[in-house]
Amino acid sequence: MNTTLEILTKFLYKTADDQLIIGHRNSEWTGIGPILEEDIAFSSIAQDKIGHAYSIYSILHEQLNQGIPDIIGFTRNENEFWSCQLVEHPIGEYDFSLVRHFLFDNAEFIRFNELSNCTYEPLAKLSNKIKGEIKYHVFHADSWMSQLANGTEESKNRIQIAINTLLPIAFSIFEPIENESELQTNFSITSELELQTKWFALISEKLNSWGYSLPINFDLTQHLGGRNGKHTPFLQPLIVEMTEVFRLDPEAKW
Amino acid sequence: MSTIDDVWKALEQVMDPEIPVLSVVDLGIITGVEMENEQIRISLTPTFAGCPAIRYIENSIVEKLNELGFQNVTVKTTFDVTWTSDMISDKGRELLKNFGLAPPKKHCGNISMKTAEQVTCPYCGSQNTDMKSLFGSTLCRTLHECRACLQAFEGFKPI
Repeated sequence: MNTTLEILTKFLYKTADDQLIIGHRNSEWTGIGPILEEDIAFSSIAQDKIGHAYSIYSILHEQLNQGIPDIIGFTRNENEFWSCQLVEHPIGEYDFSLVRHFLFDNAEFIRFNELSNCTYEPLAKLSNKIKGEIKYHVFHADSWMSQLANGTEESKNRIQIAINTLLPIAFSIFEPIENESELQTNFSITSELELQTKWFALISEKLNSWGYSLPINFDLTQHLGGRNGKHTPFLQPLIVEMTEVFRLDPEAKW
Repeated sequence: MSTIDDVWKALEQVMDPEIPVLSVVDLGIITGVEMENEQIRISLTPTFAGCPAIRYIENSIVEKLNELGFQNVTVKTTFDVTWTSDMISDKGRELLKNFGLAPPKKHCGNISMKTAEQVTCPYCGSQNTDMKSLFGSTLCRTLHECRACLQAFEGFKPI
């Protein structure tokens, strides 16, 4: 990668790819949520996320000479997706999906809040919109995390186990792209390390206040690689499923 | 010779497809109308980035304006102005209430869980209501129940 615009392009791709893949995973709860309200919540959040991905891909198309959103969303293979590894893991049981949703959306709220102050105008304006929507994703995740801490021993234990499993993977959200410092210099885009520091302080405070504990001594590097196209075996089957209808008829009108 | 005011009046006849009593003007999503050399340019800001109705609304604006005799209409969706639920007009709030959808509280940018939770029942006017879910049948709705009249209802999400 050489020019600032190439680095910005990759940054927008990885940001949008995270939203698209988590959006697809969230949508897998449609029809099978543990209660109707949760079915609707995960489906609505999925719709928001896919909308966020679409809007960021639209910036890539309109400002940075990339293909139309459907093409760039649906015609790449796993090694061309720059999403982090956290978002591609299967939905598991509800506790797993809820804790991922909590860890991811608290991070993304901070991210889009910061991006709304960056100097790349199309992204700043869009982020101002997106941050208002993610606020509701955070309200949703936080209220269930807190309720399940005060539920039964089983509910609290299940969430704790999911936290222990997912926290190390969640650091993959902040895996930087190469030469990201160029983005700070040219567009005042906050570094991943700064986001990670703010996020970790925020989630630690919330988790402790609900009576959960944070795992210690884990390896922060073993889930990295997504930003360079290195993924778990879970991503390619997701892409195959996500693009199935598109591949049947790429010209279809809806 | 038609004027910009005529275009605004015509836009009041274009309804939101998900809330058919509310025009795009009362919803507050029209952020600009320009007329220049017979060209009419309308700017639209989405209520939600992922709102599936945007293309539909763009088309209905062009269709309705053509039907009313305005030619050369283009609609551009942009995030130049960020839509908030505070942009719904007072008339729009009244229409929402009569439609059975609780209007969003004015929040001036300060939104907490309470802003979404504390909703007045659009059926009986009681403030003794309970929020059932932050998410409803469309992206912009929440689910509630009135403890006074026992009616289940939806609210328009403060955003």
